Amino acid sequence: MSASVLYDAPGPKAVVRNRIYAVVGTLAIAALIAVSLLRLADKGHLAPEMWDIFNYSGIRQNIADALVATLKAFGLAAVGSVVLGVVLAVGRLSDHKPVRWAATTFIELFRSLPLLITIYAIWVGFLTDYSMWALAAGLSVYNGCVQAEVLRAGINAVPRGQSEAAYALGMSKTQVMVTVLMPQAVRSMLPTIISQLVVTLKDTSLGFIILYPELLQTARLIASNTLVNGQYPYVSTITVIGTIYIALCLLLSSLATWIEKRGRRAKTGIAVAPAVQAPGTIDATAGTFGPNADTTGGAGGAGTGADGAGGAGVSQN
Amino acid sequence: MNVLLDNFPEFRDGFIGTVSITAVSSVIALVLGVAIAGFRVSPVPPLRYFGTAWVTLMRNTPLTLLFLIFFFVVPEILFPGMSPFVLGSLALGFYTSSFVCEAVRSGINTVPLGQAEAARSIGMTFAQTLRIVVLPQATRTVIPPLSSIFIALTKNSAIAGAFSVAELFGWQKLMSDKGYDIVPVFIWVALGYLVVTFTISGLFRLLERRMEVAR
Repeated sequence: MSASVLYDAPGPKAVVRNRIYAVVGTLAIAALIAVSLLRLADKGHLAPEMWDIFNYSGIRQNIADALVATLKAFGLAAVGSVVLGVVLAVGRLSDHKPVRWAATTFIELFRSLPLLITIYAIWVGFLTDYSMWALAAGLSVYNGCVQAEVLRAGINAVPRGQSEAAYALGMSKTQVMVTVLMPQAVRSMLPTIISQLVVTLKDTSLGFIILYPELLQTARLIASNTLVNGQYPYVSTITVIGTIYIALCLLLSSLATWIEKRGRRAKTGIAVAPAVQAPGTIDATAGTFGPNADTTGGAGGAGTGADGAGGAGVSQN
Repeated sequence: MNVLLDNFPEFRDGFIGTVSITAVSSVIALVLGVAIAGFRVSPVPPLRYFGTAWVTLMRNTPLTLLFLIFFFVVPEILFPGMSPFVLGSLALGFYTSSFVCEAVRSGINTVPLGQAEAARSIGMTFAQTLRIVVLPQATRTVIPPLSSIFIALTKNSAIAGAFSVAELFGWQKLMSDKGYDIVPVFIWVALGYLVVTFTISGLFRLLERRMEVAR
């Protein structure tokens, strides 16, 4: 249902009323912004000196370093999570019971724990001196579990006839997975995978808590080490760094939307999933692919039917 | 074992903290989310733009950044001296409201067209159509995604622990600062979170069953 179904084409009275609402609404929002700005100006946060600090090459260098640090952690986590996601998805669809159980337990456990306590435990327990690796490892574990569920939903969405045909041609299980199921699953799930990468990028900000010098940690360091007019420039640094962060995320999510739109145009292959962004650190599959995600062994089951091996385990889970 | 028994009062406070920040920010997110979903489908353009801007901005902001804004910028604008708990629940509630809004909006989209048309044809206004006809029917489709949104909210509340709100992650930090081995601490904290998240998903399953109506 499009929004316009909810109301009639406005008549003369409704037009006037809507205009009044529009003006009042705009004024209210504008007033809110104006009051905020006034209060900030009162406290001296909008003074030119507060914003002048970004002209210093030292601070610019700090921000550039922080950006690189964030992107480094993101790159590591992105590669790690996708690789782990593929491994876990294949593991969860495996014909061998122990492998399937191990993968399922791992996914369910780490997906339902807060990412922060995982990262913190890895940092304190194993990688105290390597906060970047601790951050990347924690992000990879958590997002790998989510990516695994996304990929599994994609694999299950591939029509059963595809893998049956492949088995009929005499392909091995590995060949079917690598050459038939995976490519289609990745193609249809690409928007969701990228949306999860946006979540990964957002979650690199948790490095703030384990003192990894990424963007937010740097913002805090800059703000607490620079004294301007007897005040710490928290407002200006948070504004600048926040803008950088949000721009990065918007860029990546618009890529996901673009791929989704492009995929919709294509006539071939299975439907492309919407680029839904899960709320921060959450399972993307639960809401979107509910019916799909719960049918474990769809593709795996088709495989075993033709293969004849491990048939006992298929009906379970 | 010792970690828990020796520090049980702190653990209990942490658990209660997690539960209460989850509850408070859930309410904020729900109210705000439904209101902004209403904005997003309303006939008044500026409200629609505001809704879209809100969702885009909140969804692409890292939660940690939002916490920083609420702890360092908001006190400068509103009354200073709000407790970390209030600031934390506000940040968490605002962040989650954008996801609630999207869930509600897609729920509204699943209500059959004829329902709204029928409501309009008997002369209901936009607000009446939404409140009496569309939203009650959307509730059923909205509940499953809401469940995962609130579970995510519980998990995200761990970040509040890093901003000096007393909750489970704060306990984990405290224990590791005291020099306890991290593995048992991690297990106990994980169990604490699992209890909360399982309760939420159980509650929602119950709700889903209650609301189930043949369509």
